Amino acid sequence: MSGLAFLEYAVAISFVVLTLAMLLVIIRIVRGPTLPDRVLALDMLVSVGIGFIAVIAIKTGYMLYLDIAISLGLVGFLATVAFARYILQRWEIRANQSESEGN
Amino acid sequence: MTDILAYLAGALLIVGAFFSLAAAIGILRLPDLYTRMHAASKAGTLGSGLAFVAIAVFALDGSVALRALAGFVFFLLTAPISAHLLAKAAYAAGYRPTEMMKVNDLEKDK
Repeated sequence: MSGLAFLEYAVAISFVVLTLAMLLVIIRIVRGPTLPDRVLALDMLVSVGIGFIAVIAIKTGYMLYLDIAISLGLVGFLATVAFARYILQRWEIRANQSESEGN
Repeated sequence: MTDILAYLAGALLIVGAFFSLAAAIGILRLPDLYTRMHAASKAGTLGSGLAFVAIAVFALDGSVALRALAGFVFFLLTAPISAHLLAKAAYAAGYRPTEMMKVNDLEKDK
């Protein structure tokens, strides 16, 4: 088997495995049970998506996909940071509210 | 030479995909947020990172290979930061780990 034929098989196997991984992560996003669990699963979904884009880049030979993958990684990182701050502030607002209700 | 590089890139793709699958199984099966984070931020990063290394190996072009490696380093730098921020925020917001957890330094620091 030549190298390029092996690469074709490898691309096909990677697609199947990555699809399976994406399905499992989506199950976790739907199930929750808490907000941080879903944020973490979304972060993982971005990571699996980057894997997908990299495999597509090798399959088609368009290396421009690489820039798309890098920018998707940047967006995913910023989204997770923003969600972390949101989780923290949501809790602070709730704590302040219950404090003022107690008085 | 191209044959060897194609074999190497294919092997890296398959290994990276299986790392992603391992991370996804970890996210689904582990008991609480903090253990799931451990699966997602280590195996998950390596999963997408190895796909980048596969591009760098297969590209045969200096600029593409360098960009792919820079992207890999970028992921290695940002994944621990986002996981750490999320864990800190979730713990401060009152999401507690499972009863199975024996050592808890965050509680000790209070």
